[in-house]
Amino acid sequence: MPPLVSLSGVAKTFANGLKALDGIDLDIARGEFLSLLGPSGCGKSTALRIIAGLTPPTAGTVAWSDAPDGDHRGEIGFVFQEPTLMPWADVAGNVGLPLRLRGQSRREAWPRIEESLERVGLREFAHAYPGELSGGMSMRVSIARALSLRPKLLLMDEPFAALDEITRFRLNDDLLRLHRELGCTVVFVTHSVFESVYLSHRIAVMTPRPGRIAATLAVDPAQRRDEAFRSSAQYASLCGKASRALADASGPGRPS
Amino acid sequence: MRRAGPGRDRAQARDARLRVALPLVVCIAGLLAWEAYVRLAAVPPYILPAPTLIAATLVTDRHILLASWLVTLETALLGLGLAVLGGVALAVALSLSRIVEYAVYPLAVALQVTPVVAVAPLLLIYLPESVAVLACAFVVAFFPILSNTMLGLQSVDRNLLELFALYGQPVGRSTAAARFRARAKALWHLRRPAALPSFLAGLRIAGGLSLIGAVVAEMAAGSAGASSGLAYRIIESQYRLNIPRLFAALVLLITTGILIYLLTSAVSHRLLRRWHPSALTPER
Ligand SMILES: Nc1ncnc2c1ncn2[C@@H]1O[C@H](COP(=O)(O)OP(=O)(O)O)[C@@H](O)[C@H]1O
Ligand SMILES: [Mg+2]
Repeated sequence: MPPLVSLSGVAKTFANGLKALDGIDLDIARGEFLSLLGPSGCGKSTALRIIAGLTPPTAGTVAWSDAPDGDHRGEIGFVFQEPTLMPWADVAGNVGLPLRLRGQSRREAWPRIEESLERVGLREFAHAYPGELSGGMSMRVSIARALSLRPKLLLMDEPFAALDEITRFRLNDDLLRLHRELGCTVVFVTHSVFESVYLSHRIAVMTPRPGRIAATLAVDPAQRRDEAFRSSAQYASLCGKASRALADASGPGRPS
Repeated sequence: MRRAGPGRDRAQARDARLRVALPLVVCIAGLLAWEAYVRLAAVPPYILPAPTLIAATLVTDRHILLASWLVTLETALLGLGLAVLGGVALAVALSLSRIVEYAVYPLAVALQVTPVVAVAPLLLIYLPESVAVLACAFVVAFFPILSNTMLGLQSVDRNLLELFALYGQPVGRSTAAARFRARAKALWHLRRPAALPSFLAGLRIAGGLSLIGAVVAEMAAGSAGASSGLAYRIIESQYRLNIPRLFAALVLLITTGILIYLLTSAVSHRLLRRWHPSALTPER
């Protein structure tokens, strides 16, 4: 099966001359859970924004296998590191924003809003305001918003980096469940080796400045991800491998 | 620290009562001291009238004072209303078009730094007096609304704008009309609500300023004019050495200022209470 999206030779040099990405070749397979792992500042967010079409690459191409030059923005859900909710709108209003921007009335959007909230377990909070929610709940709302257009591709930019560990573990499990239920493709940016191994089918390890893909690591997709996996020897060895790949990518002499 | 349950409610209620009671006590104590001083030192009313005499003047001169009060109040509120309309409309225009922003904003700043007192005589030459007074109230109230609204319109979370670019912007090669529509959409869905708190902060400032503008213009018009606002009454009372009436008019002016402040604060609180930190009751 052809990949959902493939990046070839993607590079990005910012107007100030900073070369953030150089020669990224990456095929994103349908239905896979792919992590981009790298130290901060290595261009992970930039890569994600290029995939989303929010910023054009300065070289190379991003090709979707179906309708190569169509508009794919409706098929993308984007989750930022911060929940980025509109404080003036209630949870339902936030989740429905993509639908509203696509021209639907709140009533037309309502079934989808409820469905999305149901998926993240926040149905009773439809009328709460973001100021009343905890960090973990806000992030769930943010994920529900990204799901409201039923995207084929979910792009997540270090979504759980600001959460405490207990909340992060719970959201990791919820994300895996959503991925199973929806069968969507996920590209997940993280700087945590452990998180990337726990979640992914494939890990792309990036080098810093300019960002390149130094290595990719596979984790058996059939592997059950649960507490037992987290404490297994297999998990530990995968984490060790990923850590070494990350250290190699960052280069021997580089200060981190 | 958060204290839970009825204990906190009670503490809050006591806090609220104190916040009303304390200024009242201070105010009454001040008035009593004033009254006592005037009586004990036998100060003549044309130097310093006692609070009771001012109150009595408010009652006896109520017809004149009420008519003047209505004139000033109308000027201030109308000036404020026009400033809101003009300030918001211009802020929106500026945020929709960079060209308009570059062209107009410096002029608005120049208008802001020009002291009204200096402009009022000119306005009085070119405009009929009632219009000139209104124009003054408008001019001083206009800028805080404009600058605060602009600030608010620009204060949208960058990530929200990205999200908007992902879902709300026109597809492919976009025409100027489509780009304008996208901007208008972002204005409505993101910038308008994001701007509300700063707009309301501007409104609270502008409310007080519109009254000051009206008073300054009435003073500049002075005895020459036929107008009859409170500031005019103050000048007239000064000429006639009717100091109790001067104080009575001053009391009315202060009351008006407080009323406008309470009104704009209430509007602000009502619009923001569900979500903005400024309107949520502080919990200590
Ligand atoms: N708009 C921009 N203009 C100039 N430099 C930028 C811009 N955005 C990001 N950068 C730089 O590009 C590099 C990569 O950024 P980013 O993709 O955000 O990294 P990461 O998400 O991996 O932390 C950083 O050094 C950052 O400072
Ligand atoms: Mg980043």
